[in-house]
Amino acid sequence: MLAALRCVIYRDLLLAVRRSSDVLTVLLFFVIVVSLFPLGVGPDPALLRTIAPGVIWVAALLASMLALNRMFASDHADGTLEQMLLGATPLGMTVAAKILAHWLISGLPLVLISPVLALQFDFPREFLWTLTLSLAFGTPVLSLIGAIGAALTLGLRGAGALLSLLVLPLYVPVLIIGAGAADAAVSGLGGQAQLLLLGALLVFAGAFAPWAAAVALRISTE
Amino acid sequence: MNWFKYSSPQTFFPLAGKLAPWFGVLAAITCAAGLYLGFFVAPTDAQQGDAYRIIFIHVPAAWMSMFLYLVMAFWAGLGLAFNTRLSGMMASAVAPTGALFTFLALWTGSLWGKPTWGTWWVWDARLTSELILLFLYFGFMALQAAIDDPRRADKAGAVLALVGVVNIPIIYFSVKWWNTLHQGASVSLTKAPTMAATMLTGMAVMAFGFWFYSIAAALTRARCIMLERERASEWVGDYARRSA
Repeated sequence: MLAALRCVIYRDLLLAVRRSSDVLTVLLFFVIVVSLFPLGVGPDPALLRTIAPGVIWVAALLASMLALNRMFASDHADGTLEQMLLGATPLGMTVAAKILAHWLISGLPLVLISPVLALQFDFPREFLWTLTLSLAFGTPVLSLIGAIGAALTLGLRGAGALLSLLVLPLYVPVLIIGAGAADAAVSGLGGQAQLLLLGALLVFAGAFAPWAAAVALRISTE
Repeated sequence: MNWFKYSSPQTFFPLAGKLAPWFGVLAAITCAAGLYLGFFVAPTDAQQGDAYRIIFIHVPAAWMSMFLYLVMAFWAGLGLAFNTRLSGMMASAVAPTGALFTFLALWTGSLWGKPTWGTWWVWDARLTSELILLFLYFGFMALQAAIDDPRRADKAGAVLALVGVVNIPIIYFSVKWWNTLHQGASVSLTKAPTMAATMLTGMAVMAFGFWFYSIAAALTRARCIMLERERASEWVGDYARRSA
């Protein structure tokens, strides 16, 4: 079974490397959205420092949502998905592997570039790791929850706008806790509690979301 | 008595038709009684004056908004587990009423907030979670509306509703998590309420009124959904001929 999962992950990563523009688009979207905020609210460093975690988190939310459409769409179009549904590997495990690959492609780059963007906002350097860690724990949760939405809206007209309506409300707890981690660190409370909560969310979503997404996939492909 | 008798649209349709008017009448009576208690009998609040009287609509509406989501998720889960048609119809019949009460709770809340807090809206935990609840209702309805096949719409909506149920405890515990401006709950099961008995009675009566209204509205809406979805079947044809 592990070989099958490794195969799914390898295949998705390989596809992403071959079509690297898809990966870069999401990353550039993230960078551009974050860079727009100083233009909108003004370049006052004190203000930028306070809004930095929130801005980066909201942009990460939007960017990861933007990438969701692709999670199952191309597999659905060329029939690969049906083979996965018929395959011997439990569908929940296959979906988990796909989610992991999707996060490596669309989530991890955001996590890695976020400290640079935070510096643009004059975010205190000693708390950068809290912000990055919160994103590292939080963005997989976004991919996990988003997979359910992506599976539910598979093949529907206007799926993109519908997907945001379904998924964004479910993202809210992650956003609150994630942005709260860096805020708490800056205010001297330490972001540990929020990071632990994010870790708990990750474990919880990691255990249940792939199975929910698998059920949704079976419904969508009936 | 065989409870499964009413699990098919054909037998449930006349039953819902018989029950809905009764619940509608009950709703009118209890709402009138609750409003009378709230506006004429309950004493004026020492701190908030008469502005607090919106509590008789606000709190029952907020209760119903959360409760109806659970009801919707219950029917949706039942439909997903047992693959029954009627459960999905009930879930989609409950959703608009739930959204209505959520909106009502937000609206009356902002009307209440202006005189007492001095602002229409604050990003308080409870207000925010109620707003998210409204978005969840909208998402459920939008997903069902986007899918043409009603069976797929029911099942997809069911998965979404069950996932959204995770949000209900967050609403409930949010007061403790990010305690801000919203007053703590005045009514609890474990300790004596911190309000006058008449106020509590008025609120409870209003809650029952909203409850009856929800049942009446959901049953009426379920009847429409049944007719629409089962339009190819014989009993709908008979019904149409009889009522024509």
